[in-house]
Amino acid sequence: MSDREPELPGLLDGLVCVIRRDLHLAWRRPGDVLNPLFFFAIVSTLFPLAVGPDAEQLALNGPGVLWVAALLAALLSLNSLFLNDYEDGTLEQLLLSPQPLPLLALAKAIAHWLVSGLPLVLVSPLVAMSFQMPARSTAVTMLTLTLGTVSLSLLGSIGAALTVGLNRGNALLSLLVLPLAMPVLIFGARTVSLAAAGDATSAGVYFLGAYCMLALTLAPFATAAALRISNE
Amino acid sequence: MAELSGQALTLIRGDRCLFRGLEFALKSGELLTVEGPNGSGKTTLMRAIAGLIDPDEGMVRWNDTNVKRIRQAFHASLVWMAHRPGFKGDLTLIENLRFESGLRTMRMSMAEHHLVRLGVATLTDIPFRALSAGQQRRVALARLILTEAPLWLMDEPFANLDAAGQDLVFEVLREHLRNGGMCVMATHQEVELDAPAHRVRLQ
Repeated sequence: MSDREPELPGLLDGLVCVIRRDLHLAWRRPGDVLNPLFFFAIVSTLFPLAVGPDAEQLALNGPGVLWVAALLAALLSLNSLFLNDYEDGTLEQLLLSPQPLPLLALAKAIAHWLVSGLPLVLVSPLVAMSFQMPARSTAVTMLTLTLGTVSLSLLGSIGAALTVGLNRGNALLSLLVLPLAMPVLIFGARTVSLAAAGDATSAGVYFLGAYCMLALTLAPFATAAALRISNE
Repeated sequence: MAELSGQALTLIRGDRCLFRGLEFALKSGELLTVEGPNGSGKTTLMRAIAGLIDPDEGMVRWNDTNVKRIRQAFHASLVWMAHRPGFKGDLTLIENLRFESGLRTMRMSMAEHHLVRLGVATLTDIPFRALSAGQQRRVALARLILTEAPLWLMDEPFANLDAAGQDLVFEVLREHLRNGGMCVMATHQEVELDAPAHRVRLQ
């Protein structure tokens, strides 16, 4: 064996590789992907049935219900983010790979968003329609939900990494992530309400964008540190 | 010439001291076996060497540098074979190996040759979870062989393997050491190789 340093695959290779693998796995087990989506669809279609057909009231409550459903659907899928990898030992192999761990954590969060967040964003116009929300708010709904679900996947990955080694870490995970998710919920729902009423929405969108950027830059490092702790 | 050493390693779990002031050193072409009864901390020591656990005192050095300071370079120089296979059950053997090759340097062009040699070449199209425990161990061996890393960390490599499989472990290990590699192995079994061997006994 020669003494030269073996040439490593590039940084981007590791990132792409993890994303591709997780998407591949999700494809093999579509149930895991569809679960949060079903939850989101069921909650937001049952609500109009329970509240009644009053169009004005529905349109008023719509943004709030939409966002709560999206938040809970995202939380539902967070628990399994690192759990499978932990159980079959692939997480250990990731930790011991020569790739920077924050990058791999970022890849896991991106993959999580692609299979759980993106579908929510895509079906949200349909849900908005069932709440009789005006068409002019559709674009803002999708934009804010995109920023919001990306933030949730990133922030959630910190909680998922911290609780991965614990039995029944699910409740703890929700407790850890919910406070961080509150700003997303408040600004998201409010911005969609404003859009539905025809008011200016840029302030809320900017805030969600800034929050998303903050999560994007800091969460991978926190997740990496949490993974090292959980695997001690 | 690569060198791995442990200096004054102490590890305490809960109120129990697994080992105190443990020292070892090994160079290219050498083998270190970690022995001891169940629950004596063999796996914990292996994990500390790999850098998954921080020892309470002391340090592990790779080429005279604390491995915590050169984590990435150290990880590029080691492969880890644990109890759990570390492969995805839903993916096939080849998909799993291809994924790994995106993370570390692997000689995928040699994959077929080695899979034939390990007796798992006919199993490449079925999901990994459908393989028997012994076959899964053989695939884990393939990861060791295909990765271009000088340091092999093997935790109970003989578990679940039949006699032929155990011979395979000896065979690939002998080859690895002859090529200037090194190996730390936690095992209950007597390991007889024509290579310089060190021993750590845990109580």
